[in-house]
Formats: sequence, C-alpha cells, structure tokens
Amino acid sequence: MRFSDQFEQRFSEMLTHYPTKRSVLVPTLLYAQDEIGYLTGEAITEFARRLDLTELEVRNVISYYSMLTTKSRGKYNVQICTNISCMLRGGEDIFQHCKKKLGIGHKGTTADGLFSLEEVECIGACSWAPAAQVNYDFHENLTPEKIDKTLDEYKKKGTQ
Amino acid sequence: MIIDFRLLIEDHGTSTIKNQKSTIKNRQSKMASLVSHPDEVRVVSKRFGQGATSIDRYLELDGYKAVQKALGMQPDAIVNEVKNSGLRGRGGAGFNTGLKWSFVPKQSPKPKYVLCNGDESEPGTCKDRLIFEHDPHAVIEGVVIAGLAVGSHTGYIYIRGEYRYLSEIMQKALKDAYARGFLGKNILGSGYDFDVYWHGGAGAYEVGEESALMESLEGKRGIPRVRPPFPAVVGLWGGPTVINNAETLASVPPIILGGAEWYAAIGPPKNGGTRLFCLSGNLARPGVYELPMGYNLKKMIYEVGGGIPNSRKLKAVVPGGSSTPCLTADEVDVSMDFDSLMKAGSMLGSGGVVVLDDSTCIVKFALRTMKFYQHESCGWCIPCREGTDWLKKTLTRFHAGGGLKKDIDNIQYLAENMLGRTFCPLGDAAAMPTIAFVKKFRKEFEDHLEGKPCPFEKEAAIEQLPVMA
Repeated sequence: MRFSDQFEQRFSEMLTHYPTKRSVLVPTLLYAQDEIGYLTGEAITEFARRLDLTELEVRNVISYYSMLTTKSRGKYNVQICTNISCMLRGGEDIFQHCKKKLGIGHKGTTADGLFSLEEVECIGACSWAPAAQVNYDFHENLTPEKIDKTLDEYKKKGTQ
Repeated sequence: MIIDFRLLIEDHGTSTIKNQKSTIKNRQSKMASLVSHPDEVRVVSKRFGQGATSIDRYLELDGYKAVQKALGMQPDAIVNEVKNSGLRGRGGAGFNTGLKWSFVPKQSPKPKYVLCNGDESEPGTCKDRLIFEHDPHAVIEGVVIAGLAVGSHTGYIYIRGEYRYLSEIMQKALKDAYARGFLGKNILGSGYDFDVYWHGGAGAYEVGEESALMESLEGKRGIPRVRPPFPAVVGLWGGPTVINNAETLASVPPIILGGAEWYAAIGPPKNGGTRLFCLSGNLARPGVYELPMGYNLKKMIYEVGGGIPNSRKLKAVVPGGSSTPCLTADEVDVSMDFDSLMKAGSMLGSGGVVVLDDSTCIVKFALRTMKFYQHESCGWCIPCREGTDWLKKTLTRFHAGGGLKKDIDNIQYLAENMLGRTFCPLGDAAAMPTIAFVKKFRKEFEDHLEGKPCPFEKEAAIEQLPVMA
C-alpha cells in the first residue's frame, strides 16, 4: 500500500524510537486512517506485515481505541462533546441540533458522504464549553447558531 | 520568576497566534483562549501567550537554563530538590514527585525510561493542553531533568490522539531541541546522551492510567498491569520507568531554578507550588487559572471564576475532575490542596473544577458521569466492566422516571462494591462520585421516584439520553 512520503518518513523514523517494532502501531494507525479515511482490510494486512504482527493483533488494537475505525466515515467527522462540563453549558442541545441539521444520529453519515456525527467523551475543552471537534479542529464556546455557521462553512469547503 | 501576565498577553498573544498559524499548516481552529486574574501566581503558565513554542523565544525566557543547572548537580541532589519542593503529581494521585523518582533503582540491567503522561482525558480537565500549546519546551526540559535524576537516557511524551495540533507543536519543538543540542548525543556538551520522542494515542481515557499508558505505548490495547511491581521498578519493556503528568514535569524546571524552598512556600505544607485549575461549568468566567496550592475554593468560584451567572445559586462542585466526589454548596469553604480536600471527603484530583448551579439535575449529572466511565472501562476486570454498565442502566431508568425506592440504596451498594476491587483506579473513579451524589443529594433521587418526570427537565416529556455504542 502506498501512503504519502510524509507518512513513510514519519513511520520509518518512529521505528528507530523504540526497542520493539509494534510500539509504533497506535499513532501509525491513526496517521494512516487520516490518509485513507478508515482502516481497511488491506491496511490491516499491510501493518500486520510491516510490524510482524498477526492481523488479529492489529484488529484487537483498533477495536480498543475510539478514534480508530474500520468503517467508512464522512469527509468531516463532527464530534460533539456532551460530557459534564459541556453538558452544563448546553452540549446536548448542540448534539441534538446537529442531529436535526444533518439528519443523522450518533455515528451516522450523511448520504453525500460529507458529514459524520458522533457524540464523544471529553475532548479537553472544558473551560471553553460547549465544544466540538470537526476532524481535528476544535470549535469552542458553541451555540446552535455558531455550529450552524461552522457546518455551513465545511459544507461549502467540501463541495467546492 | 513571576511575570505580570496581564501586561504581556495583549502584546504577545496575537503574534503567537500568527506565528503558530504559519507553522502549523491547515490548522483552522483557534487556540484555546487565555484568561487571567490578579491572584494568579504564574510558574507553569508564565510563558503562556508569549510565543515560547519558538525555541528562540523560549531561550529568551530562561529556557533550558534548568537543564544546564541540573547537569551540574548530582542525581540525588535533583531528586532531593524536587522532593523538598513538595511537588505532588498533577495528574490526580498527588504522590510526591521526588519520592516517586527515588524509587527507581540506581543500577538496572535494563534501560530506564521517563514517560510524560499527556493523555489528559479526565472530564473537567484541560490544562495540559495549554502547556503543550504554549510551552512545549518546558515539558521537554522537565523530561530531561527527570532523566538526569534517575539515570535514564530516553524519554517519551505521550499526547492523546485528539490533540493532533499539539502533537504537531511537540514534534516541531523536539526537532528544534535536537537541532540546538539540548537533546541527542552529548547534550549541552555534558557527555550525557538523552533522547526524547513524541508518542500519540488514539482515543482512550483508560490510557491515562500509568500502567495502561505503558501498554498503549508498547502498541497494545490500553489495559492496566498488575502492580506490584510498580513502573519505577518494572515499566516500559521491563525497564524502570518514571511516569509523570505533563504539568508535573513542566513544574520541574522552575523548581530547579528557583529552589525547593521558594516553590514549597507558594503552597501550604506538603503541597508545594501552584496548580493549573480548570474552571468549567456554570461560571461567569470559566478558564484555566494558575493559583497557589491551597487557594480557597469559594473564592475561586466567586472571585476568580466570576460567580454563578443568570442569578442562579451554587448547587455543587466537582473539585478535581469527574472522578472526585462532589462538594455541596455548604462545603466549598475549603483550601484547594491535596490534604484539605482529602479531609473534606473528596480529592484534588486533576484540577478540573466543575461548577453546578441549582438548575442542574444531580441524577442526570450522575448518569452522564457514569455513561462516561461505562464507555471508557477497558473491560479487563469484572467489577468495573459490569459495575459501570449496571450503574449506567439503573441511572438511565431512574432518570427516565422508572426508578424504585430500593434503587437508590442499590446504586450506592453497587458503587461501594466496586471500590478497591478493580485492577486500576477507573473502577474507583466511577464509584466515588456516584456514592457522593447519592449520599449528598438523596432527596433529588427521591424526587425522581414513581414515574415522576425529572423536576429539572424543561419539557415534561423526557427524551431518553442517546446511548453510546
């Protein structure tokens, strides 16, 4: 499988950082997922081969970490935090609002493949709650209007 | 040492943002906003908003001077300095850092490691994020000093996967530190070799637990290890390993430069220094404030945090992240240090102060807390896996109006039976707040009984909370 040069460079460099090969697995899977969208069977075979692991060992690791996925997702993964600090400041309303706006539920993907929605646990934005992450970008101190505008911007960017 | 931060933030704040925007491509999100209060004592946050992600700026602001000083000290002297400073683990456990370092055996056939825990995921906690964002070199410096103290030559900085932009900042900071000779072979011409590497997670609260953190770094599922042996003796790849929270490590360079006595004097006895308190919830001015250890909680809520908005009253405070037992409005006149909070029946934890006003339903809050622990339980040991699931189901039914009187005692009974019976503290973290909610707010649980709608819900019909997969 071919990944970007930057990926390959990071991968081979990271291999030199640890006494065991498999130590690179978790961050490598996440970087790989960022490039190919989700962890396909082909990718699992590839990293099992590169790191002298069985495919089952790779799958076991994937299933543990909530950011890693073997299912396809929208181009923009909208992750709304509803944990305590966000809940106290309207995080659940933001999540409900997104459900309505996008017409999908938790872990759903829109028909055009542009958005996925996820209710997530604490993302470390408690003092700027309610907060969300779209892919890796933080959006904080949200209101329904603010998330509307944010999603519209992503939609515009994604359909250009 | 202490800079009046309010004077600097306007000058440097915007330029920092510009600098970082140009270095981190494709990053659209704004940086988390900074706040300030006159009562703050800036030790860990003294470089926040001043562009210290740039190594040149960091060096201008006393950067890497502590490593230089530590290189001239005996390892035992470094350990003693940190021990005497009263610095206690900022991740939550509050163990004396110097003492922890002293447990690492001097001679070891296997390599020794330093592991920085930047998997910050305790709900209510968002402080390490600011350290990585504004002062990544301080963490690197802390790791190197810890390494010198215990005779290690390799360190890892583990950052949670959600903090991708911070991983980029850290990877660049490490590259810069190597380029300037602060890392790598023969650091600062001392003859001592020290490598520090970045490592990233991929979404798991449990990995913040020290033994699960090591499993994760070794490329496995983040499942806790049986202790003893403790990581200081058998850690990463079987080698002795020092594991400290990012804020703990960022506190080390100022201690080495300013001295143990100075640092200890900032806080009450045995609780040295400052703490980054993450104020969140129903407050007028939420934010991360660096206050002296032992700062009064009531003052923190009403003066630093600006009090409760919308003419609401205080109901409860979760003083140190979601796993710490709540305090009622009558219990907030307390000194925010490890020992005082322990005496008050709670914990200082990770510094996440979550404030609840009187419009909050405690049952719903308890349910949301439990939902989190149920989702994050690694499933390795039964009391935690089954206990959190059972409690979540009971609380869900209870909040929806299907509760029975005996459920109230049952919730407490279940939680009490998880305490101390799990491999790692996640089970305790789920049980402790739940017990406090039932004990301190029993009346609210009773108000939900026998099909009564939740008294706090805006509409009479309660939509069941979405259940996470």
